[in-house]
Amino acid sequence: MTRRTPLNEAHRKLGARMVDFVGWDMPVQYSSVIAEHEAVRTAVGLFDVSHMGEIEFSGPGALETVNRLISNDLARCQDGQAVYAGLLNDLGGFVDDVVAYRFSPERILICVNSSNREKDFAWMKARAEGVTPVDRGDEYAQIAVQGPKAVGLVQRLTKADLSKVGTYRFTEGEVAGVKSIISRTGYTGEDGFELYCASDDAVKLWDALLEAGQPDGVKPCGLGARDSLRTEMKYALYGNDIDDAHTALEAGLGWIVKLDKAGGFIGKDALVAQKAAGVPRKLVGFELTGAGIPRHGYPILKDGVRVGEVTSGTQGPTVKKPIGMGYVPTALATEGSTFDVEIRGRAVPAVVVKTPFLKKS
Amino acid sequence: MSDNIPQDLKYTKEHEWARITGKTIVVGVTAHAQESLGDVVYVELPKLGATITEGKNFGVIESTKAVSDLFAPISGTVVKVNDELTGNPSLINSDPYGQGWIVEVEPSDASQVGKLLDAAAYEPLTK
Repeated sequence: MTRRTPLNEAHRKLGARMVDFVGWDMPVQYSSVIAEHEAVRTAVGLFDVSHMGEIEFSGPGALETVNRLISNDLARCQDGQAVYAGLLNDLGGFVDDVVAYRFSPERILICVNSSNREKDFAWMKARAEGVTPVDRGDEYAQIAVQGPKAVGLVQRLTKADLSKVGTYRFTEGEVAGVKSIISRTGYTGEDGFELYCASDDAVKLWDALLEAGQPDGVKPCGLGARDSLRTEMKYALYGNDIDDAHTALEAGLGWIVKLDKAGGFIGKDALVAQKAAGVPRKLVGFELTGAGIPRHGYPILKDGVRVGEVTSGTQGPTVKKPIGMGYVPTALATEGSTFDVEIRGRAVPAVVVKTPFLKKS
Repeated sequence: MSDNIPQDLKYTKEHEWARITGKTIVVGVTAHAQESLGDVVYVELPKLGATITEGKNFGVIESTKAVSDLFAPISGTVVKVNDELTGNPSLINSDPYGQGWIVEVEPSDASQVGKLLDAAAYEPLTK
């Protein structure tokens, strides 16, 4: 059965076009993907991301337990800090990519992808030693407020001093009278917050943000804009750009892998070995220099031979170019390397470029 | 009758429209099609002089979300191509029956026009 977030009815009232997204009935767009994308780049947009999962570890030993499960190092963080990390398999590939929130060494909340909620929970439960994880996914709703006017909008609705909440930091407080975790994180490349609240409060928070954001030109935004925004930043999407068969090093996410952390983590040995042997392929960002739009699954060719595959691609609404990502042999991964993308039987030239595609001034 | 289905045009089940103008036929996609597609970001057009065949693919239209084939309403030779769409594919969204036209075709068998739908027959397909 298709699952619905607490905001489902609100989306329908706003005229959203709804689609099935990994078993969830979600808005893909309200007005236009490009208009929503632009609203986030220039003003502020709201996303319902309540389909994401939340798994909590609490009690003595929570920090140590989580730190053995994730690739990044929460022990180096302060309370009130969040980290982007991988849950890796024994081969160094991704079970999922997650954000872990450190409330204290005895309370950690992990936000996981909606498509992986059940899988992640079972995986964590089987491997957690000392502390048993609890699935809080149905208790939380999550609204992402993203864009240059996002901080001002949220600040008008809360007494919490958001100037003290830096990037990848969070605080707890009321937003529009709704008890929330206010996290300065996002998936768009813009400043903003991800607000976690009780599912029952989601409509109140959503409506308050929409109303208070009117002078800012706030727009509700769907999954379509979320995808084009994250692609312009070369942010990985699980199932497209990262999966269980490509390692964190191949995905260019070595920065979320702390090979030297105390206690190690699942997947570390494989990554150490791959680092020593050399990474055979890499996820690159490219622009098409010929006409067309790269899409997930299109072959990447070098001299007519298939050497890889496009993992994500779009016509970037802000960069105004056809852009994409894909895995290629390491020899082709340097900036300026050229290859072709096969689009409907046509070899369209492409060049590897520096990412993110969107250069912020 | 919806304002988005002009009475003077003919239609296909695949949501193309055809405007019969003397000896040639101008082809585009309907308001319903562009609405369903969402923001059009790329159009792959046939070459001038290309032969197209009724019911067969003659081009591709890509939106932010999807890749869709364009199907020829009639067989014939492409005598004009809307090159404006190369730089500004969103004309299909903003003016599907006007500036968003796609090709102009000289039919090889004018009787094929008789197989096209009129506005009343097309409208139920947009529900």
